[in-house]
Amino acid sequence: MTKKKIILLILIVLCVVLFAILPLVIQKDSTINLVITVLLYMTLASSWNILGGYTGQTNLGHAAFFGIGSLAARLLWISGVPFFLSFLAGGFAAVVLALLIGIPAFKLRGVYFAIGTLALAQILNLTVSNIFPEMSYNPALADYQLASRYYLFLGLAVVTIGCAYLLVNSRWGLGMMAVREGEDAAESLGISALRHKLLALVVSAFFGGLVGGAFAYYHLSYYLNYPFSPEWTFDPMMMAYIGGTGTILGPIIGSVFFVLLKQLLVWNVGEYHLVIFGTLFILIVLFLPGGLIEAWKRIQNLRHHQKTSGPGGLSRRLGSWLHSLQPKKG
Amino acid sequence: MMIQSLGQNLVFGLLVGALYGLVALGLSLIFGVTKFLNVAHGELVMFGGYACFWAFSLLGVDPFISIPISMVFLFLLGAVVYRLVFSRTVKLPEESKIKNTLLVAFGLSVILQNLALNFFTADERSVTTSYAMKAFTIAGVRFPVMRLASLVVAVLFLVALTLFLRKTYTGKAIRATAQNWEAASLMGIDIHKVYLLAFALGASLAGVAGILVTVNYSIYPTMGLSWTLKALIVMVLGGLGNIPGALIGGLILGVTESATSFFIDSNYREVAGLVLFLLVLIFRPQGLFGMKES
Repeated sequence: MTKKKIILLILIVLCVVLFAILPLVIQKDSTINLVITVLLYMTLASSWNILGGYTGQTNLGHAAFFGIGSLAARLLWISGVPFFLSFLAGGFAAVVLALLIGIPAFKLRGVYFAIGTLALAQILNLTVSNIFPEMSYNPALADYQLASRYYLFLGLAVVTIGCAYLLVNSRWGLGMMAVREGEDAAESLGISALRHKLLALVVSAFFGGLVGGAFAYYHLSYYLNYPFSPEWTFDPMMMAYIGGTGTILGPIIGSVFFVLLKQLLVWNVGEYHLVIFGTLFILIVLFLPGGLIEAWKRIQNLRHHQKTSGPGGLSRRLGSWLHSLQPKKG
Repeated sequence: MMIQSLGQNLVFGLLVGALYGLVALGLSLIFGVTKFLNVAHGELVMFGGYACFWAFSLLGVDPFISIPISMVFLFLLGAVVYRLVFSRTVKLPEESKIKNTLLVAFGLSVILQNLALNFFTADERSVTTSYAMKAFTIAGVRFPVMRLASLVVAVLFLVALTLFLRKTYTGKAIRATAQNWEAASLMGIDIHKVYLLAFALGASLAGVAGILVTVNYSIYPTMGLSWTLKALIVMVLGGLGNIPGALIGGLILGVTESATSFFIDSNYREVAGLVLFLLVLIFRPQGLFGMKES
């Protein structure tokens, strides 16, 4: 067990180091921007996953947290507050919003929660566009450095995914998954569904807000209501589903896949990547609720069974080792 | 003067509300019978609108005459979508059926939206007929012909749908299935046929609504979500799956919006509707007129 953990840890460190030295090796801005997009979606999808995947509360208003984070960070930063403080303020603004809506929102169960959060995000979207109709310009246009944005996104992605991992492997995480599997059953075991859902919402919102803050730091000019628009909910949600909800790896795989698909297809046929992505999303919801991770697991299981019919040996042990590497599904 | 413009606002709210009711009618029919939460409803409305737009601009067909064209087109589209996608969720227990169809419908709305972007471009389109600007005045309150026609169409379709559900054999089968699909299926009703019919009918009603949206407002590929939200608001106000409730819910939403324009700011029209929606969801999830489920 420990040996595998060490190998896994080395792999992760290697990955992060690779990402960290990437801007030193590749100087092309377009590549850096592409990786930033991947990191942004990865973080956003992972933060959605904490509530939507692990706790089973389909949040269709995640854009509200992303938006409020970017709004708070951008406004504070423009008014002269040091960026890092504004960035953190973005995360806390999202937490405040989450706490404000948490109690009433969780009075809504199941699908009511989903459409309620959808409405909430749209309320904020419209209100922000009414209050701030003008384009917002980046105040640091003169000394804009892409590298600092890149490392902010990278650090945020690592911290978010790390925190998500720690949370879902803790006692609280187990409680969240119990709530997902059956709220009444969880309650009957003494798990407070409301508290677990609130915790998941707050953590999810906090990281969603921080990504929003990073977005505010990264983008040169945009309408302040743009981060509130529904695509910032639906794209990450689809990524989480396609990779596999309720797993740490799922949103990572999903976001990489999404951006690559977008890159491959955008040159040829307009917005077709979204048509393909939407189709894939439907297929996964209908036939493979565990996402790509589940697909991989099934293939491994199939191989495993083929191998076990023989005398075993190295390949079998390799198979079961690969199998044990999969993230635990709650 | 104040009273008059208040009256004008009220009339406008009611006229717009009838249109909202029609937009929600199809969604409500589908949800009531199949328990599919088809949040791609706004996209169906959009496609209905485009059918009307192309019929008008290519063939010169009057929008009100293109109602059957749009209905047939959307009926077929609905049937295909049901067969390909929604039919897979029929056997699920109710709660996961609603959740899965909600997700699937979101995927569908992304697909339809981007197909529309690709084929119809992002331009805003609308249809302006020779009689579009006509209106008459009663006691100082203007009644635009287009809006009145929309009201008439909405009421006609509501009545037609109610009669169909109450008087015909097929309609009774649909109602039986809505009440209890297991019992209905034991009585020899082909559930898949009923679901297909209900879904396709709901889609064709979205087609009619699309025409009224095209002549009163404008259509563009990303319009879907805001109309889906309107339909959801109306459906929740009138009670989930309650057919006559759709018109009443529509009128309430229409009046709420126009009152917001009058007393606060017309930019907050949509926000007011959504806030009302959230309040109803939290305090009366069975709808304003819905009965509590036993």
